[in-house]
Amino acid sequence: MFLRWLEATILDFGDEMHKVYMWIWSSGDLGLRLLWHILHLILSTWYFIIGLMGSVESFLISSGLFKRYRDLDISKVQYLAVAIDSDEALQTLKVLELLRWLEAIGLRKVCLYDTAGVLKKSKEALTLLLKNERMSSETASDPLVEEKCLSLEVISFSDGKQAVAKAADVLLKKHYLSSNTEKPKLTESDMTDALGAIGYREPDPDLMLIYGPARCHMGFPAWRIRYTEILHMGPLKSMKIGALIKAIHRYTMVHQNYGT
Amino acid sequence: MRKSLFRILSVGPIPNHIAFILDGNRRYAKKRNLNEGMGYRAGFLSLMTLCKYCCELGVKYVTIYAFSIDNFKRKPHEVDAVMDLMLEKIQGMLKEESIVSQYGVRVYFIGNLELLNEHVRQAAVKAMEATSNNDKIVLLICVAYTSTDEIVHAARESCEAKRARVRSSGAREGNEEELKVVDIERHMYMGVAPDPDILVRTSGETRLSNFLLWQTSNCVLYSPRALWPEIGLRHLVWAVLNYQRVFPLLERRRKQM
Repeated sequence: MFLRWLEATILDFGDEMHKVYMWIWSSGDLGLRLLWHILHLILSTWYFIIGLMGSVESFLISSGLFKRYRDLDISKVQYLAVAIDSDEALQTLKVLELLRWLEAIGLRKVCLYDTAGVLKKSKEALTLLLKNERMSSETASDPLVEEKCLSLEVISFSDGKQAVAKAADVLLKKHYLSSNTEKPKLTESDMTDALGAIGYREPDPDLMLIYGPARCHMGFPAWRIRYTEILHMGPLKSMKIGALIKAIHRYTMVHQNYGT
Repeated sequence: MRKSLFRILSVGPIPNHIAFILDGNRRYAKKRNLNEGMGYRAGFLSLMTLCKYCCELGVKYVTIYAFSIDNFKRKPHEVDAVMDLMLEKIQGMLKEESIVSQYGVRVYFIGNLELLNEHVRQAAVKAMEATSNNDKIVLLICVAYTSTDEIVHAARESCEAKRARVRSSGAREGNEEELKVVDIERHMYMGVAPDPDILVRTSGETRLSNFLLWQTSNCVLYSPRALWPEIGLRHLVWAVLNYQRVFPLLERRRKQM
Protein backbone atom coordinates (compact mmCIF):
# COMPACT_ATOMS: atom_id res chain seq x y z
CA MET A 1 0.00 0.00 0.00
CA PHE A 2 2.78 2.38 1.02
CA LEU A 3 4.91 1.31 -1.95
CA ARG A 4 2.02 1.99 -4.33
CA TRP A 5 1.60 5.45 -2.80
CA LEU A 6 5.34 6.13 -3.15
CA GLU A 7 5.34 4.97 -6.77
CA ALA A 8 2.35 7.19 -7.60
CA THR A 9 4.00 10.21 -5.90
CA ILE A 10 7.24 9.76 -7.83
CA LEU A 11 5.37 9.42 -11.14
CA ASP A 12 3.29 12.54 -10.40
CA PHE A 13 6.47 14.48 -9.53
CA GLY A 14 8.07 13.31 -12.79
CA ASP A 15 5.00 14.47 -14.75
CA GLU A 16 5.05 17.86 -13.04
CA MET A 17 8.77 18.33 -13.75
CA HIS A 18 8.19 17.39 -17.39
CA LYS A 19 5.36 19.97 -17.60
CA VAL A 20 7.61 22.65 -16.06
CA TYR A 21 10.41 21.75 -18.49
CA MET A 22 8.07 21.93 -21.50
CA TRP A 23 6.68 25.26 -20.27
CA ILE A 24 10.20 26.68 -19.91
CA TRP A 25 11.15 25.39 -23.34
CA SER A 26 8.06 26.74 -25.05
CA SER A 27 8.51 30.14 -23.38
CA GLY A 28 11.32 30.78 -25.87
CA ASP A 29 14.14 33.11 -24.89
CA LEU A 30 12.96 33.62 -21.33
CA GLY A 31 12.84 29.89 -20.75
CA LEU A 32 16.32 29.42 -22.24
CA ARG A 33 17.70 32.20 -20.04
CA LEU A 34 16.21 30.55 -16.97
CA LEU A 35 17.74 27.19 -17.86
CA TRP A 36 21.11 28.89 -18.49
CA HIS A 37 21.00 30.54 -15.08
CA ILE A 38 20.09 27.20 -13.51
CA LEU A 39 23.15 25.59 -15.16
CA HIS A 40 25.38 28.33 -13.78
CA LEU A 41 23.77 28.05 -10.38
CA ILE A 42 24.65 24.34 -10.36
CA LEU A 43 28.24 25.25 -11.35
CA SER A 44 28.51 27.87 -8.59
CA THR A 45 27.09 25.44 -6.03
CA TRP A 46 29.65 22.86 -7.11
CA TYR A 47 32.50 25.35 -6.64
CA PHE A 48 31.10 26.39 -3.26
CA ILE A 49 31.16 22.75 -2.08
CA ILE A 50 34.66 22.23 -3.53
CA GLY A 51 35.77 25.42 -1.77
CA LEU A 52 34.43 24.18 1.57
CA MET A 53 36.12 20.82 1.17
CA GLY A 54 39.33 22.61 0.14
CA SER A 55 39.23 24.75 3.29
CA VAL A 56 38.86 21.70 5.52
CA GLU A 57 41.67 19.89 3.71
CA SER A 58 43.95 22.97 3.92
CA PHE A 59 43.33 23.17 7.66
CA LEU A 60 44.22 19.50 8.12
CA ILE A 61 47.36 19.87 5.97
CA SER A 62 48.56 22.93 7.88
CA SER A 63 47.95 21.03 11.16
CA GLY A 64 50.56 18.54 10.01
CA LEU A 65 48.14 15.65 9.97
CA PHE A 66 49.29 14.15 6.67
CA LYS A 67 52.79 12.67 6.65
CA ARG A 68 53.30 13.13 2.90
CA TYR A 69 52.85 16.90 3.23
CA ARG A 70 55.20 17.07 6.21
CA ASP A 71 58.04 15.47 4.21
CA LEU A 72 57.97 17.89 1.28
CA ASP A 73 60.96 17.65 -1.08
CA ILE A 74 61.28 21.37 -1.74
CA SER A 75 64.55 20.95 -3.67
CA LYS A 76 62.47 19.91 -6.70
CA VAL A 77 61.11 23.45 -6.98
CA GLN A 78 64.18 25.38 -8.07
CA TYR A 79 62.24 28.41 -9.24
CA LEU A 80 58.64 29.27 -8.40
CA ALA A 81 56.52 31.82 -10.26
CA VAL A 82 53.48 33.42 -8.66
CA ALA A 83 51.14 35.21 -11.05
CA ILE A 84 48.62 37.46 -9.32
CA ASP A 85 45.65 39.27 -10.83
CA SER A 86 46.59 42.98 -10.91
CA ASP A 87 43.53 44.08 -8.92
CA GLU A 88 44.31 41.53 -6.21
CA ALA A 89 48.03 42.43 -6.26
CA LEU A 90 47.09 45.76 -4.64
CA GLN A 91 46.64 43.81 -1.39
CA THR A 92 50.32 44.23 -0.47
CA LEU A 93 49.94 42.72 3.00
CA LYS A 94 48.43 39.58 1.51
CA VAL A 95 51.32 39.34 -0.96
CA LEU A 96 53.75 39.79 1.93
CA GLU A 97 52.03 36.99 3.87
CA LEU A 98 52.30 34.72 0.82
CA LEU A 99 56.03 35.46 0.53
CA ARG A 100 56.46 34.70 4.23
CA TRP A 101 54.80 31.32 3.73
CA LEU A 102 56.98 30.54 0.70
CA GLU A 103 60.09 31.42 2.67
CA ALA A 104 58.91 29.31 5.63
CA ILE A 105 58.29 26.32 3.33
CA GLY A 106 61.90 26.59 2.17
CA LEU A 107 61.70 28.25 -1.24
CA ARG A 108 64.59 30.52 -2.12
CA LYS A 109 63.88 31.86 -5.60
CA VAL A 110 60.50 33.33 -6.43
CA CYS A 111 59.27 35.32 -9.40
CA LEU A 112 56.23 37.55 -8.83
CA TYR A 113 54.17 38.57 -11.84
CA ASP A 114 51.15 40.71 -12.50
CA THR A 115 49.98 42.19 -15.79
CA ALA A 116 49.81 45.87 -14.91
CA GLY A 117 53.08 46.17 -12.95
CA VAL A 118 51.44 46.72 -9.54
CA LEU A 119 53.92 44.37 -7.88
CA LYS A 120 56.87 46.25 -9.39
CA LYS A 121 55.69 49.33 -7.47
CA SER A 122 55.44 47.36 -4.22
CA LYS A 123 58.67 45.39 -4.73
CA GLU A 124 60.79 47.70 -2.64
CA ALA A 125 58.32 47.72 0.22
CA LEU A 126 57.96 43.93 0.11
CA THR A 127 61.74 43.35 0.07
CA LEU A 128 62.25 45.79 2.93
CA LEU A 129 59.51 44.29 5.09
CA LEU A 130 60.78 40.76 4.50
CA LYS A 131 64.34 41.82 5.34
CA ASN A 132 63.24 43.61 8.52
CA GLU A 133 61.30 40.59 9.70
CA ARG A 134 64.27 38.35 9.03
CA MET A 135 66.70 40.64 10.85
CA SER A 136 64.46 40.86 13.89
CA SER A 137 63.93 37.10 14.12
CA GLU A 138 67.53 35.98 13.37
CA THR A 139 70.64 36.99 15.31
CA ALA A 140 72.76 39.57 13.48
CA SER A 141 75.79 37.27 13.44
CA ASP A 142 73.96 34.25 12.08
CA PRO A 143 76.00 33.24 9.02
CA LEU A 144 73.03 31.44 7.50
CA VAL A 145 70.84 34.58 7.34
CA GLU A 146 71.85 35.38 3.75
CA GLU A 147 71.29 31.78 2.60
CA LYS A 148 67.77 31.80 3.98
CA CYS A 149 66.87 35.02 2.11
CA LEU A 150 64.18 34.83 -0.51
CA SER A 151 65.50 36.04 -3.84
CA LEU A 152 62.70 37.98 -5.49
CA GLU A 153 62.25 38.74 -9.18
CA VAL A 154 59.27 40.95 -10.07
CA ILE A 155 58.03 41.22 -13.65
CA SER A 156 55.01 42.40 -15.60
CA PHE A 157 53.39 42.17 -19.05
CA SER A 158 56.01 44.45 -20.60
CA ASP A 159 58.69 41.84 -19.80
CA GLY A 160 56.96 39.36 -22.10
CA LYS A 161 56.09 40.22 -25.68
CA GLN A 162 57.87 43.59 -25.66
CA ALA A 163 61.04 41.95 -24.36
CA VAL A 164 60.94 39.49 -27.27
CA ALA A 165 60.51 42.40 -29.71
CA LYS A 166 63.52 44.17 -28.15
CA ALA A 167 65.54 40.93 -28.34
CA ALA A 168 64.56 40.57 -32.02
CA ASP A 169 65.82 44.12 -32.51
CA VAL A 170 69.17 43.12 -30.98
CA LEU A 171 69.31 40.17 -33.40
CA LEU A 172 68.37 42.45 -36.29
CA LYS A 173 71.28 44.78 -35.57
CA LYS A 174 73.73 41.96 -34.89
CA HIS A 175 72.90 39.49 -37.69
CA TYR A 176 71.05 41.42 -40.37
CA LEU A 177 71.96 45.09 -40.58
CA SER A 178 75.66 44.73 -39.89
CA SER A 179 76.26 41.56 -41.84
CA ASN A 180 76.17 40.53 -45.47
CA THR A 181 74.91 37.00 -44.81
CA GLU A 182 71.84 36.61 -46.97
CA LYS A 183 69.69 34.47 -44.63
CA PRO A 184 71.17 34.23 -41.13
CA LYS A 185 70.01 31.07 -39.41
CA LEU A 186 68.55 32.34 -36.15
CA THR A 187 68.04 29.67 -33.52
CA GLU A 188 66.31 29.49 -30.15
CA SER A 189 69.64 29.88 -28.37
CA ASP A 190 70.24 33.12 -30.30
CA MET A 191 66.94 34.41 -28.94
CA THR A 192 67.84 33.25 -25.41
CA ASP A 193 71.21 35.02 -25.71
CA ALA A 194 69.57 38.18 -27.02
CA LEU A 195 67.08 38.17 -24.12
CA GLY A 196 70.05 37.72 -21.77
CA ALA A 197 71.82 40.66 -23.41
CA ILE A 198 68.89 42.97 -22.57
CA GLY A 199 68.74 41.81 -18.97
CA TYR A 200 66.48 38.74 -18.97
CA ARG A 201 68.73 36.06 -17.52
CA GLU A 202 66.52 34.39 -14.92
CA PRO A 203 65.71 30.70 -15.39
CA ASP A 204 62.35 29.26 -16.43
CA PRO A 205 60.05 28.64 -13.47
CA ASP A 206 59.35 24.96 -12.66
CA LEU A 207 55.94 25.76 -11.22
CA MET A 208 53.56 28.69 -11.57
CA LEU A 209 50.83 29.40 -9.03
CA ILE A 210 48.00 31.63 -10.25
CA TYR A 211 46.13 33.75 -7.71
CA GLY A 212 43.09 35.31 -9.27
CA PRO A 213 39.55 34.59 -10.39
CA ALA A 214 40.49 32.82 -13.65
CA ARG A 215 42.87 30.00 -14.50
CA CYS A 216 44.90 32.01 -16.97
CA HIS A 217 48.61 32.93 -17.04
CA MET A 218 47.76 36.59 -17.77
CA GLY A 219 50.59 37.16 -20.24
CA PHE A 220 53.51 35.73 -18.24
CA PRO A 221 56.58 35.87 -20.54
CA ALA A 222 55.97 33.17 -23.11
CA TRP A 223 59.63 32.31 -23.56
CA ARG A 224 59.90 31.15 -19.95
CA ILE A 225 56.90 28.84 -19.47
CA ARG A 226 57.54 26.08 -22.01
CA TYR A 227 57.37 23.25 -19.50
CA THR A 228 56.15 25.10 -16.42
CA GLU A 229 53.41 23.35 -14.44
CA ILE A 230 50.55 25.82 -13.97
CA LEU A 231 48.20 25.54 -10.99
CA HIS A 232 45.26 27.80 -10.18
CA MET A 233 45.00 28.66 -6.47
CA GLY A 234 41.88 30.83 -6.50
CA PRO A 235 41.55 34.43 -5.29
CA LEU A 236 44.41 35.88 -3.22
CA LYS A 237 42.06 36.85 -0.39
CA SER A 238 41.17 33.17 0.17
CA MET A 239 44.74 31.87 0.02
CA LYS A 240 45.62 29.15 2.53
CA ILE A 241 48.98 27.71 3.47
CA GLY A 242 47.58 24.17 3.33
CA ALA A 243 46.56 24.68 -0.30
CA LEU A 244 50.03 26.06 -1.06
CA ILE A 245 51.72 23.00 0.47
CA LYS A 246 49.37 20.70 -1.44
CA ALA A 247 50.16 22.46 -4.73
CA ILE A 248 53.90 22.16 -4.20
CA HIS A 249 53.54 18.51 -3.17
CA ARG A 250 51.52 17.84 -6.30
CA TYR A 251 54.30 19.35 -8.40
CA THR A 252 56.93 17.12 -6.76
CA MET A 253 54.94 14.06 -7.89
CA VAL A 254 54.74 15.08 -11.56
CA HIS A 255 56.82 13.25 -14.16
CA GLN A 256 57.54 15.03 -17.43
CA ASN A 257 58.75 13.27 -20.54
CA TYR A 258 59.35 16.50 -22.54
CA GLY A 259 57.65 15.19 -25.65
CA THR A 260 59.44 11.85 -25.89
CA MET B 1 19.41 16.51 -26.44
CA ARG B 2 22.83 17.87 -27.45
CA LYS B 3 21.27 20.56 -29.65
CA SER B 4 19.00 21.59 -26.75
CA LEU B 5 21.99 21.82 -24.44
CA PHE B 6 23.89 23.93 -26.99
CA ARG B 7 20.85 26.21 -27.32
CA ILE B 8 20.91 26.77 -23.58
CA LEU B 9 24.68 27.40 -23.57
CA SER B 10 24.29 29.87 -26.43
CA VAL B 11 22.43 32.25 -24.09
CA GLY B 12 25.88 33.14 -22.77
CA PRO B 13 29.06 34.00 -24.70
CA ILE B 14 30.33 31.16 -26.87
CA PRO B 15 34.12 30.93 -27.23
CA ASN B 16 35.32 31.91 -30.69
CA HIS B 17 38.45 29.72 -30.56
CA ILE B 18 39.20 26.57 -28.55
CA ALA B 19 42.63 24.90 -28.56
CA PHE B 20 43.27 21.27 -27.57
CA ILE B 21 46.42 19.42 -26.51
CA LEU B 22 45.72 15.82 -27.50
CA ASP B 23 47.46 14.17 -24.56
CA GLY B 24 46.96 10.56 -23.52
CA ASN B 25 46.67 8.50 -26.73
CA ARG B 26 49.50 6.16 -25.74
CA ARG B 27 48.25 5.81 -22.17
CA TYR B 28 44.79 5.02 -23.52
CA ALA B 29 46.20 2.26 -25.74
CA LYS B 30 48.11 0.83 -22.77
CA LYS B 31 45.01 1.00 -20.55
CA ARG B 32 42.92 -0.88 -23.15
CA ASN B 33 45.70 -3.35 -24.09
CA LEU B 34 45.88 -2.01 -27.63
CA ASN B 35 48.94 -1.22 -29.70
CA GLU B 36 50.00 2.42 -29.79
CA GLY B 37 48.72 2.92 -33.33
CA MET B 38 45.19 2.10 -32.16
CA GLY B 39 45.52 4.71 -29.42
CA TYR B 40 46.22 7.39 -32.03
CA ARG B 41 43.33 6.16 -34.18
CA ALA B 42 40.98 6.35 -31.21
CA GLY B 43 42.31 9.86 -30.65
CA PHE B 44 41.49 10.79 -34.23
CA LEU B 45 37.87 9.68 -33.75
CA SER B 46 37.64 11.86 -30.65
CA LEU B 47 39.02 14.75 -32.65
CA MET B 48 36.36 14.42 -35.34
CA THR B 49 33.62 14.20 -32.69
CA LEU B 50 34.90 17.28 -30.87
CA CYS B 51 35.14 19.24 -34.13
CA LYS B 52 31.55 18.31 -34.89
CA TYR B 53 30.41 19.47 -31.45
CA CYS B 54 32.39 22.72 -31.74
CA CYS B 55 30.86 23.41 -35.15
CA GLU B 56 27.33 22.80 -33.80
CA LEU B 57 28.01 25.01 -30.80
CA GLY B 58 29.19 27.90 -32.99
CA VAL B 59 32.91 27.84 -32.24
CA LYS B 60 34.68 29.35 -35.26
CA TYR B 61 38.29 28.16 -34.71
CA VAL B 62 39.63 24.90 -33.33
CA THR B 63 43.37 24.40 -32.91
CA ILE B 64 44.99 21.08 -32.06
CA TYR B 65 48.52 20.19 -31.00
CA ALA B 66 48.97 17.17 -33.22
CA PHE B 67 52.75 16.81 -33.24
CA SER B 68 55.39 18.83 -31.42
CA ILE B 69 58.97 19.37 -32.62
CA ASP B 70 59.90 17.68 -29.31
CA ASN B 71 57.99 14.56 -30.42
CA PHE B 72 60.61 13.94 -33.13
CA LYS B 73 62.78 12.71 -30.23
CA ARG B 74 60.50 9.65 -29.86
CA LYS B 75 61.52 6.27 -31.23
CA PRO B 76 61.71 6.33 -35.07
CA HIS B 77 59.05 3.65 -35.52
CA GLU B 78 56.66 5.67 -33.37
CA VAL B 79 57.31 8.87 -35.30
CA ASP B 80 56.81 6.98 -38.58
CA ALA B 81 53.53 5.49 -37.32
CA VAL B 82 52.21 8.95 -36.45
CA MET B 83 53.35 10.39 -39.78
CA ASP B 84 51.72 7.50 -41.68
CA LEU B 85 48.47 8.01 -39.79
CA MET B 86 48.64 11.74 -40.45
CA LEU B 87 49.17 11.14 -44.18
CA GLU B 88 46.26 8.69 -44.27
CA LYS B 89 43.94 11.11 -42.48
CA ILE B 90 45.01 14.15 -44.53
CA GLN B 91 44.30 12.21 -47.72
CA GLY B 92 40.96 11.16 -46.22
CA MET B 93 40.10 14.84 -45.66
CA LEU B 94 40.24 15.49 -49.37
CA LYS B 95 37.41 13.05 -50.09
CA GLU B 96 33.95 14.50 -50.58
CA GLU B 97 32.28 12.36 -47.97
CA SER B 98 34.73 13.33 -45.22
CA ILE B 99 33.64 15.28 -42.13
CA VAL B 100 35.83 18.15 -43.34
CA SER B 101 33.73 18.52 -46.47
CA GLN B 102 30.39 17.85 -44.79
CA TYR B 103 30.95 20.45 -42.09
CA GLY B 104 32.70 23.03 -44.28
CA VAL B 105 36.01 22.88 -42.38
CA ARG B 106 38.88 25.03 -43.58
CA VAL B 107 42.17 23.39 -42.63
CA TYR B 108 45.50 25.04 -41.87
CA PHE B 109 48.70 23.20 -41.03
CA ILE B 110 50.63 25.31 -38.58
CA GLY B 111 54.30 24.80 -37.82
CA ASN B 112 57.70 24.29 -39.38
CA LEU B 113 56.44 22.11 -42.23
CA GLU B 114 60.00 21.81 -43.62
CA LEU B 115 60.66 19.30 -40.82
CA LEU B 116 58.00 16.92 -42.18
CA ASN B 117 58.73 14.31 -44.80
CA GLU B 118 57.96 15.19 -48.41
CA HIS B 119 54.75 13.14 -48.69
CA VAL B 120 53.14 14.54 -45.55
CA ARG B 121 54.17 18.09 -46.41
CA GLN B 122 52.75 17.89 -49.92
CA ALA B 123 49.52 16.32 -48.66
CA ALA B 124 49.21 19.10 -46.08
CA VAL B 125 49.68 21.82 -48.69
CA LYS B 126 47.13 20.11 -50.93
CA ALA B 127 44.61 19.86 -48.07
CA MET B 128 45.03 23.57 -47.28
CA GLU B 129 44.39 24.49 -50.92
CA ALA B 130 41.45 22.10 -51.28
CA THR B 131 39.67 23.44 -48.20
CA SER B 132 40.45 27.13 -48.74
CA ASN B 133 36.87 27.89 -49.75
CA ASN B 134 35.25 26.21 -46.73
CA ASP B 135 33.91 28.75 -44.27
CA LYS B 136 31.92 27.10 -41.48
CA ILE B 137 34.77 26.41 -39.09
CA VAL B 138 38.58 26.65 -39.22
CA LEU B 139 40.71 23.73 -37.99
CA LEU B 140 44.34 24.62 -37.29
CA ILE B 141 46.51 21.53 -36.99
CA CYS B 142 49.81 22.30 -35.26
CA VAL B 143 52.36 19.87 -36.58
CA ALA B 144 56.15 20.17 -36.24
CA TYR B 145 55.28 23.08 -33.97
CA THR B 146 56.54 24.62 -30.78
CA SER B 147 55.84 28.11 -29.52
CA THR B 148 59.51 28.96 -29.20
CA ASP B 149 60.16 27.84 -32.78
CA GLU B 150 57.20 29.97 -33.89
CA ILE B 151 58.57 33.02 -32.04
CA VAL B 152 62.06 32.57 -33.54
CA HIS B 153 60.55 32.11 -37.00
CA ALA B 154 58.49 35.28 -36.56
CA ALA B 155 61.56 37.19 -35.32
CA ARG B 156 63.56 35.93 -38.32
CA GLU B 157 60.85 36.97 -40.79
CA SER B 158 60.53 40.39 -39.10
CA CYS B 159 64.29 40.93 -39.30
CA GLU B 160 64.36 39.96 -42.97
CA ALA B 161 61.43 42.23 -43.78
CA LYS B 162 63.04 45.12 -41.90
CA ARG B 163 66.36 44.59 -43.65
CA ALA B 164 64.62 44.60 -47.04
CA ARG B 165 62.88 47.89 -46.09
CA VAL B 166 66.15 49.43 -44.91
CA ARG B 167 67.94 48.40 -48.11
CA SER B 168 65.20 49.73 -50.35
CA SER B 169 64.40 52.95 -48.50
CA GLY B 170 67.85 53.98 -47.33
CA ALA B 171 69.79 53.30 -44.12
CA ARG B 172 68.91 56.41 -42.10
CA GLU B 173 65.12 56.11 -42.31
CA GLY B 174 65.08 52.37 -41.51
CA ASN B 175 67.33 52.45 -38.44
CA GLU B 176 65.13 54.92 -36.55
CA GLU B 177 62.38 52.30 -36.28
CA GLU B 178 62.77 49.47 -33.83
CA LEU B 179 61.03 46.16 -34.22
CA LYS B 180 57.73 46.14 -32.35
CA VAL B 181 55.39 43.46 -31.04
CA VAL B 182 53.05 43.99 -34.04
CA ASP B 183 55.95 43.21 -36.39
CA ILE B 184 56.58 39.89 -34.63
CA GLU B 185 52.85 39.04 -34.47
CA ARG B 186 52.43 39.72 -38.17
CA HIS B 187 54.77 36.82 -38.92
CA MET B 188 53.46 34.29 -36.42
CA TYR B 189 52.23 30.98 -37.88
CA MET B 190 49.07 31.42 -35.79
CA GLY B 191 48.41 34.87 -37.27
CA VAL B 192 45.61 33.33 -39.36
CA ALA B 193 43.38 33.02 -36.28
CA PRO B 194 42.48 35.14 -33.24
CA ASP B 195 43.91 34.16 -29.84
CA PRO B 196 42.24 31.12 -28.26
CA ASP B 197 39.60 31.62 -25.56
CA ILE B 198 39.96 28.18 -23.98
CA LEU B 199 42.88 25.74 -24.00
CA VAL B 200 42.05 22.16 -23.05
CA ARG B 201 44.81 19.72 -22.15
CA THR B 202 43.59 16.20 -21.44
CA SER B 203 45.13 13.64 -19.07
CA GLY B 204 45.16 16.06 -16.17
CA GLU B 205 48.55 17.56 -17.03
CA THR B 206 48.82 21.23 -16.21
CA ARG B 207 51.65 22.44 -18.42
CA LEU B 208 51.45 23.95 -21.91
CA SER B 209 54.45 21.99 -23.29
CA ASN B 210 55.52 24.80 -25.61
CA PHE B 211 52.06 25.24 -27.17
CA LEU B 212 50.55 28.67 -27.95
CA LEU B 213 52.51 30.34 -25.14
CA TRP B 214 52.36 33.69 -26.97
CA GLN B 215 48.65 33.50 -27.76
CA THR B 216 47.24 32.36 -24.40
CA SER B 217 47.68 35.53 -22.30
CA ASN B 218 43.95 35.79 -21.79
CA CYS B 219 42.95 32.19 -22.31
CA VAL B 220 41.18 29.95 -19.79
CA LEU B 221 43.21 26.78 -19.17
CA TYR B 222 41.34 23.56 -18.47
CA SER B 223 42.90 20.18 -17.62
CA PRO B 224 40.34 17.38 -17.39
CA ARG B 225 41.68 14.04 -16.11
CA ALA B 226 40.24 12.11 -19.06
CA LEU B 227 42.70 10.83 -21.64
CA TRP B 228 42.26 12.37 -25.09
CA PRO B 229 40.36 9.40 -26.65
CA GLU B 230 37.99 9.55 -23.62
CA ILE B 231 37.09 13.22 -24.05
CA GLY B 232 33.39 13.84 -24.55
CA LEU B 233 30.54 16.32 -24.66
CA ARG B 234 30.53 16.80 -20.88
CA HIS B 235 34.13 18.11 -20.96
CA LEU B 236 33.31 20.60 -23.72
CA VAL B 237 30.21 21.80 -21.86
CA TRP B 238 32.17 22.14 -18.59
CA ALA B 239 34.92 24.13 -20.36
CA VAL B 240 32.38 26.49 -21.95
CA LEU B 241 30.48 27.01 -18.68
CA ASN B 242 33.74 27.89 -16.90
CA TYR B 243 34.65 30.27 -19.72
CA GLN B 244 31.26 31.97 -19.45
CA ARG B 245 31.75 32.34 -15.69
CA VAL B 246 34.89 34.45 -16.11
CA PHE B 247 34.02 36.07 -19.45
CA PRO B 248 33.42 39.62 -18.04
CA LEU B 249 36.85 39.55 -16.37
CA LEU B 250 38.56 38.31 -19.55
CA GLU B 251 36.89 41.05 -21.61
CA ARG B 252 38.04 43.70 -19.16
CA ARG B 253 41.62 42.34 -19.23
CA ARG B 254 41.59 42.15 -23.04
CA LYS B 255 40.77 45.86 -23.25
CA GLN B 256 43.53 46.71 -20.77
CA MET B 257 46.27 44.71 -22.53
